[in-house]
Amino acid sequence: MIDIDLALKDLPAWAAYLTAAMVFIGALLSLIGAIGLVRLKSFYERVHAPTLGATLGTGFILVASMICFTVLRGRLSVHEILIAVFLTITTPVAMMLLVRAALYRDRVENNREVPGAGKYKKAEAAVRSQAGESETADRT
Amino acid sequence: MRRILPHPLMSLAIFVMWLLLNQSVSPAALTFAAVLALGGGWMMTTLEQTGPRIRRPWTIIKLAGIIFIDIVHSNIAVAKIILRPSSRRGAPGFMAVPLDIRNPYGLATLAIVITSTPGTIWTNFSYSSGMLLIHVLDLQEEQLWIDTIKNRYERRLMEIFE
Amino acid sequence: MRFLPLPPARPLDMPFLVLDWSLFIAQLFLGLAMACAAYRLIFGPRAQDRILGLDTFYVNAMLLLLTYGIRIASATYFEVALIIALLGFVGTAALSKFLMRGEVIE
Repeated sequence: MIDIDLALKDLPAWAAYLTAAMVFIGALLSLIGAIGLVRLKSFYERVHAPTLGATLGTGFILVASMICFTVLRGRLSVHEILIAVFLTITTPVAMMLLVRAALYRDRVENNREVPGAGKYKKAEAAVRSQAGESETADRT
Repeated sequence: MRRILPHPLMSLAIFVMWLLLNQSVSPAALTFAAVLALGGGWMMTTLEQTGPRIRRPWTIIKLAGIIFIDIVHSNIAVAKIILRPSSRRGAPGFMAVPLDIRNPYGLATLAIVITSTPGTIWTNFSYSSGMLLIHVLDLQEEQLWIDTIKNRYERRLMEIFE
Repeated sequence: MRFLPLPPARPLDMPFLVLDWSLFIAQLFLGLAMACAAYRLIFGPRAQDRILGLDTFYVNAMLLLLTYGIRIASATYFEVALIIALLGFVGTAALSKFLMRGEVIE
């Protein structure tokens, strides 16, 4: 499915403005997320920053691409939904795995900022299971 | 019906995915998508997993809308914290949430919802104590987060999956 | 398939100019975002920071390819973006698993 004869300047004005705005907002959100990755102080704070780009940032750019190609080709072009679905499922799973690994490392090294070292009394019960129950917890 | 399509939702997902990848609804693409969908469903039976039983489509649509609004809100909140760190009122920290939901599919959905909302991350869940550990970027009042998760997401997920 | 950005055909075509500039600025933003991610990838104090940087890096690279695909009006880059999205996840998951247990395959 390679379209050779498509050209961006054939896009009608409304679609051009809409695509321009959505791509711009999406890229801006991704950039803010990446800036957070540099600026925030600790690892557990930094984990939250890239979620900006992975949710709304990607969403805006994908919708822009859908609008642009649907109008250019004159027929429905929604295969970008695939990327959206894959990314919505995979990014949280990857982040959860990463945070669990980081938590495990910090607890092995007796870092006082994480649950398991006494600072978070109520969270103890949820953490204590990590060593013993990791087989069942891994499934979720 | 159960013999031909043991996992109807899975088969439907494969069918739609194949058509989207090919970007066509020609007879050839439709036929091959149907073959893949049937084969995928049969392959799932060899894993001996029971599929989810999903009810109340209206609640699903409502929950999707709520999640979308929450993602937009927390995107703005996290962007503000990153650009102006002084605007943050709470401190980052871990907190425990007691959960009532036990359905594995419901828990998996809740995990994806919580993690893909910027500002909160699902860390660990214990089946035995029913305690969920999350990390929150802007933790002001624990009860507020517990109420949000339980009333907005968990109650509806239990309606859908259980 | 064109590899170079299109030169504006009619210099005063307002919507096209706006779109072209917006796409250019978006590419700049995404490039900067990749630079931020690369900073964490290289200087991240600990291994988990580096993996987080890698994850952000591939998501932004995927977005950059999509933006470029819109700019030259070619859907070919969609497949590349899809593959990056899938393989990037496998990479992050395997590396996290490695941090947790010290081996990828248990």
